[in-house]
Amino acid sequence: MTATQDRPAAEIGKDRRRKEDQRLITGRTRWTDNITLPGMLHLAMVRSPFAHATITSIDVDAAKASPNVVTVLTGKDFGEELGVNINAWPITPDQKAPVHSPMPADRVAFAGEVVAVVVARSAAEARDAAELVDVEYDEQPAVLGIKNALKDEVLAHPDLGTNKSALWIFDSNDAGTGSDVEAAIEEARSNGILIEREYRQQRLIPAFMEPRSVVVDPTGEQLTMWSATQIPHILRFALAATTGVPESKIRVIAPDVGGGFGGKLQTTPEEWIAWAVARRLSKPVKYTETRSESLMSAHHGRDQVQTLTLAADKDGKVTGLKVHLDADMGAYISIVGGGVPVLGAFMFNAIYKFPAYRFECQTVLTNSTWTDAYRGAGRPEATYAIERLMDELAAEVGVDPLEIRERNWITHEEFPFTTVAGLEYDTGNYEAATAKAKESFGYDALRAEQRERRERGDRVQLGIGVSTFTEMCGLAPSRVLGSLDYGAGGWEHASVRMLATGKVEIVTGASAHGQGHETAFSQIVADRLGVPFEDVEVLHGDTQISHKGLDTYGSRSLVVGGEALVKAVDKVVDKARHLAAHLLEANADDLDYSGGRFTVRGTDQGVAIQELATAAFAAHNYPEDMEPSIDAEATYDPVNFNYPHGTHLCAMEVDTETGAVKMRKYTCCDDIGTIINPLIVAGQVHGGLVQGIAQALWEEAVHDESGTLVSGSFVDYLLPTAADTISFDVVHTDDPSVCTTNTLGTKGVGEAGTIASTPAVVNAVVDAVRHLGINDIQMPCTPERVWRAIEGSRAGGATDTPSDAMPHFQEGALNQDSTEGAGQ
Amino acid sequence: MIPVKFDYLAPTSVEEALAALGEHGDDAKILAGGQSLLPVLRMRLNAPEVVIDLGGISSLRGIRDDGDAIVIGAMTTHHDVRDDHLVKQHALLLSKAAAEVADSQIRHRGTFGGALAHADPAGDLGAPALALGAQFVVAGPGGTRTVEASDFFVDLFETAIGDDEILTEVRIPKHTGWGAHYEKFVRVAHQWPIVAVAATVRGSIDEARVGLTNMGSTPLRATATEQALAGVSATEDGVREAAQLAADGTHPPSDLNGAADYRQHLARVLTGRAVLRAAGV
Repeated sequence: MTATQDRPAAEIGKDRRRKEDQRLITGRTRWTDNITLPGMLHLAMVRSPFAHATITSIDVDAAKASPNVVTVLTGKDFGEELGVNINAWPITPDQKAPVHSPMPADRVAFAGEVVAVVVARSAAEARDAAELVDVEYDEQPAVLGIKNALKDEVLAHPDLGTNKSALWIFDSNDAGTGSDVEAAIEEARSNGILIEREYRQQRLIPAFMEPRSVVVDPTGEQLTMWSATQIPHILRFALAATTGVPESKIRVIAPDVGGGFGGKLQTTPEEWIAWAVARRLSKPVKYTETRSESLMSAHHGRDQVQTLTLAADKDGKVTGLKVHLDADMGAYISIVGGGVPVLGAFMFNAIYKFPAYRFECQTVLTNSTWTDAYRGAGRPEATYAIERLMDELAAEVGVDPLEIRERNWITHEEFPFTTVAGLEYDTGNYEAATAKAKESFGYDALRAEQRERRERGDRVQLGIGVSTFTEMCGLAPSRVLGSLDYGAGGWEHASVRMLATGKVEIVTGASAHGQGHETAFSQIVADRLGVPFEDVEVLHGDTQISHKGLDTYGSRSLVVGGEALVKAVDKVVDKARHLAAHLLEANADDLDYSGGRFTVRGTDQGVAIQELATAAFAAHNYPEDMEPSIDAEATYDPVNFNYPHGTHLCAMEVDTETGAVKMRKYTCCDDIGTIINPLIVAGQVHGGLVQGIAQALWEEAVHDESGTLVSGSFVDYLLPTAADTISFDVVHTDDPSVCTTNTLGTKGVGEAGTIASTPAVVNAVVDAVRHLGINDIQMPCTPERVWRAIEGSRAGGATDTPSDAMPHFQEGALNQDSTEGAGQ
Repeated sequence: MIPVKFDYLAPTSVEEALAALGEHGDDAKILAGGQSLLPVLRMRLNAPEVVIDLGGISSLRGIRDDGDAIVIGAMTTHHDVRDDHLVKQHALLLSKAAAEVADSQIRHRGTFGGALAHADPAGDLGAPALALGAQFVVAGPGGTRTVEASDFFVDLFETAIGDDEILTEVRIPKHTGWGAHYEKFVRVAHQWPIVAVAATVRGSIDEARVGLTNMGSTPLRATATEQALAGVSATEDGVREAAQLAADGTHPPSDLNGAADYRQHLARVLTGRAVLRAAGV
């Protein structure tokens, strides 16, 4: 090996192409579904078509007789070894949560729940046999929709006696972080401005690219599970905690995973069923869901009704905010469950100095697909509400929406700032981000065009939407999570292995599923350790390699996992310094470390880190007071969240004849602290924006009155493609406010675009038609809703959704209830 | 997902295909471009025992000039229809509509005849075929017969093609020099149209043909609008007034993308726009 003689160019800040992309994009890699083991059997699930029903009988004889079927198992065939799917965040001590069996034996609580599993020698034969399982159901009344659930007339789980799961409250008056919101509201009612609104956060489907897939190998001393998951470490813990297998006997591997967006932050019934079947049969098994199954049964996101009261004085200075959320958990309380809307509790006050604040969250159970984290998880909902309200306040006061924000935001001199929700924002500069966004957007010219179109009565009206967001990310300080009754901590672990040949392996507890960790982490190590980028290998996602970790979600990988890595690298340098001093026969204090090389100050003597790695490996000559190793590891627990922010400006054109909306311009200026790789950041921002825009305009999971998912394919669940979006104008502040609680000064970016963009778009759509007397349009802002709002036939936009989607394929006879004609 | 097991036949002539169809009858499905059939099979919405692939019958591909009409082979892809010079010259409306079918990948696989035989009322080709007075040539055990466009579309996913017949080609009477526009209204680009309007006009405006997509269980002609447009000068006001009749007598579906009354409103607005564009205004 050769030592690096010259100091390499700085890697941090470099537009590195992602080293993982070739294998990910070509698919020549270890996706879970690509794994084939000797003797492996295949599973197919039989799912309930009913939202709520008791299972009267299950006849599996025909399925068992089907070619190459090994067995068919129902809930009754399993005992405790099946385990349960857990909720790790009981938000209140008295939270009501039904027991969540991966395969209930007696009663199903949503359409898509698994009632039987077919095990066969091929996936096709398993699927064929699954059609032959004859399940008799006694359909029960189903409760669907938040408002129906709150009535408690029909119960999702009759044994619980109510649909209300938990009520979580924060009040600034009680917490000592602010004053009494009711007093502020009373004052505003008589002597100020009161904005009262109900906003709907429609249900969304994460719709990751790779469907969920699981392989379990029970042969060998440890049981191994490969899963397309975001959370291999948490998954391993949950398997141990609920299925009776010692944690030390469990290895979980998340190989390359094709996206998650929170949708793979879950422990799933299908994983537990595969685990139980493999153990029972002592054979490897695989289960890969279809897209239809994924849309129907993988957890959904959002789904809240937000009741909001904003009090302000006549100048538009906010005096109090009161929030009541009703959040649909679906049929079961998922792993994070009610914690998702509760995460929003700290973000409704956003970038503003509100003196009084109260937040309530009522979670409810319904007979629909369970909900959990989806990109942003609680924070997009909060940001949407407050940024919509601030635009409404501006309209009420009669000032520009940016002006109303400026009257209320925390100025850059005021940091660090403790908010009314009790968080301490370390840094930020809302003025700078807003000024830069405004300039890049061409704000004044677009406002002039808007005026001109209004005066002319143009058929196409222009609207400008503002969203000045912040978010708490980098989940999370463990003590804070503990105080919120979350079941785990928020630290992250990293280790650095200095290989004998001078190459470097780093192991992270973060679990990438498309983010680009391998590239960004390599850049950090290359800079910090002074080794070539290409010499760094990033290992992750296998609990036998990465034995400690808390995985990837909540924009935490860089800010928590990256900091753990920095700390581990620093330990390597410390150890290497000691060895270098010994080999150079110099005092450690006289050594400088730069560009991967220790040099003795004032001499030309030196040694490269790679040479030290080799020396440690050979161990022929090392100090008596050290072990022959310069490897190191570190566990990092952040002391605070971090608070990226940004100003997003959106211009939308609204065709007032058809209600069609079209994006004209989108500018975002995000302050995310230090940027490791601008290209990856751009990708995160672009993708995040599209997902947030999609909530504003296109996506909605719709169940009909019987609980069937109507938007059950991509024909009706409208995911945008590149053809539906424009080129975004992505800029950053010239002098970012770096995070003060980590070494690199980074802030999270994975969720920022999604959190910020939704209200910017809806604000723009409403702004385009506000002069017609419209102050809200429900999401997604479909052309029909916009048109109806304009027509005034239903103020506030249409809320009724027809129950059926247009069929585009002939309905055949086949489903699991009607077994005649299944190809035999 | 994995389809139910089926037998696959790949005839190389229409006669061979008809024989296979005669033998298997209801148990067989015809595979053209597969852009609708394969999803149906994969979702197990249908489970034919036999799939008869017409892809190997070269005589079903291509476009030719036949005097007062152009003839489009049933297995010609949307991409080829869109780009064909005969189509552009004599049936510009079809070229415009074919350009709007789904996305590029699908246009290179999906076929003109397959889409028409599938008869999805939200399909992009039915309305222009109807507007242009297409004639559907259908081969059966007793020879071929020709079905007028007005008789071809029977109901949702149902045409005049018999169980033992195959659509072999479509004759399009020449509309040389007619202006044309296909106005498609979607929320996302790859979606089936919520409503679309196919308009083609001679002069400005001597004669007009207007077809409606997804405004009922079959493609429709906006005949009242067509009559009102004849002899109207191609001005915004004149055309829009005629377009107000476009939704008369229609019974469009209500679904996630729009209720029936909204679709009727769209049909009126889009008809006005389509006709104006077709007339070059």
